[in-house]
Amino acid sequence: MNATVLRAGWTRGTIELRQSFTNGADLASHLLWPVLMLVALWFLRDREFGDSGLALGTLALPSILGMNIAMGMVSMSQHLTADREDGTLLRARAVPDGMRGYLVGKVVSVGGGLLADLAILMIPGLLIIDGLRPAGAGSWLTLGWVLVLGLVATLPAGAALGSLFSSTRSQGLVQLLVLGVISISGVFYPITSLPGWVQGIAQVFPVYWLGLGTRSALLPDTAVAVEIDRSWRHLETAGVLGLWAVAGLVVAPLVLRRMARRESGSSVAERRERALQRVG
Amino acid sequence: MTTTDPVAVEVDGLRMRYGADDVLRGVTFQVRRGEIVALLGPNGAGKTTTIEILEGFRARSAGRVRVLDADPAHGDERWRSRLGVVLQSWRDHGKWRVRELLAHLGSYYAPYATPASRRPWDTDSLVRAVGLTEHADKKIRTLSGGQRRRLDVAIGLVGGPELLFLDEPTAGLDPQARLEFHRLVERLTGDHRMTILLTTHDLAEAEKLADRILVLSGGRIVADGTAAELAERMAGGDEVRWTLHGRRFTTSTRESTAFVRELFREHGAAVADLEVRRASLEDTYMALVREQEAAR
Repeated sequence: MNATVLRAGWTRGTIELRQSFTNGADLASHLLWPVLMLVALWFLRDREFGDSGLALGTLALPSILGMNIAMGMVSMSQHLTADREDGTLLRARAVPDGMRGYLVGKVVSVGGGLLADLAILMIPGLLIIDGLRPAGAGSWLTLGWVLVLGLVATLPAGAALGSLFSSTRSQGLVQLLVLGVISISGVFYPITSLPGWVQGIAQVFPVYWLGLGTRSALLPDTAVAVEIDRSWRHLETAGVLGLWAVAGLVVAPLVLRRMARRESGSSVAERRERALQRVG
Repeated sequence: MTTTDPVAVEVDGLRMRYGADDVLRGVTFQVRRGEIVALLGPNGAGKTTTIEILEGFRARSAGRVRVLDADPAHGDERWRSRLGVVLQSWRDHGKWRVRELLAHLGSYYAPYATPASRRPWDTDSLVRAVGLTEHADKKIRTLSGGQRRRLDVAIGLVGGPELLFLDEPTAGLDPQARLEFHRLVERLTGDHRMTILLTTHDLAEAEKLADRILVLSGGRIVADGTAAELAERMAGGDEVRWTLHGRRFTTSTRESTAFVRELFREHGAAVADLEVRRASLEDTYMALVREQEAAR
């Protein structure tokens, strides 16, 4: 990958990022989730979880942040499918090094959008919720590596996932699956209150580990009592996220190349026909 | 690397099969550098399949294909930088502004500039060349159909291509936009010498834009020549009608001038109501396509 491609990709990403914050519909979607989450947190802020001495809201805010990082996978996947459907990818393919520039751009715009969304949620969240550990250097450091590893684990995997679907409609399936995973990943309720086999399934996916990582960064040490094995399990977190990262980085280029090879004017035209029929 | 090979595109025995359906059954033709060639044929003749194979977007079943001295199935990024592809836009990059997108796409070509070919094309002069100056700062989704087609052309040209592909460039345009589009292509090809291969199902368009026409029908090239050559090839040639002593006569001849001179020499002023109708390209084309379809 040469400097031109990186620069072009960066430009592409920043332009798209700017577009997504200067256009009504996109801006609304950036704000909708954080606002809903903040409302939920407001109601959960005083409800105590068992006799842990911790409010549900306190437990949930870091978990939601972790979940949001994992949602990068969904958003990457949706962008890819949509860009494929409307011919953006084919344009990239017609330009030298265009596909690589496109992907760099997507990582910048999706990753950047994600960071902005985290800030939109986290800053008011920390003001509403009591009991979060005053942020020392250590907790920021933990948050930092969890975030970076989380992005590397989820964005390539999301790109691979997105290239498997040829229409935005089939993305509904992904959404449903992701909601299922989120519901068992200890985001809104500690995972230890779920049956053992469900805990087992949840630990395969990055949502649980990202939530665990962000909780370990932001919650006081006593909160570890509601976690599996009463441990923050940093080593395991790095291990599982690392595996997702490696798998994503290995599989994504293969799947993307295969998908790009199949893109042509007539395949875009076919999808356009299908999409227009749905509308009409 | 620029080559002096006078042939830009060489296709020999190209075949394409989808399942049990043979779309291309041995397509053979050449495009020389600097030529503007139209691939003309009815819908479903395999024009788009052919051009997509040449663009490197589609794998072929069999045959030899060379585009700018490379096999498009294995063309590298440098090869890609020498091509321009005019795609049909739908709603991609709708939030981008015209100038912004052209500048961005152009930036990919900068490393491939050579002393002989400056790349990319300067954004402002490109916007001017396709007549979008007033719309340069508009969002792409606000453009009209004709304006979008101009932008599509600009995107195809932004890398300063040696070879430009246009697939059904005026499909879906109203007559006014179509006329403007033809003028644009004529102006561009007058100012910048490049090789162009375009597909169309519209004979008038092929005749207007191209130096040479290839008629693709039934998965084969059934005719290859200038518009005049194709018209001449039509069986029977020109049609001559006249009346003599109140009787009507009609005949077909390739040598209509000589025939008419002979007619007057023989009958003089008795020849009345003389009409000579040149074989039109339309007749030739329809005859060719009908012949092919009858043979299938």
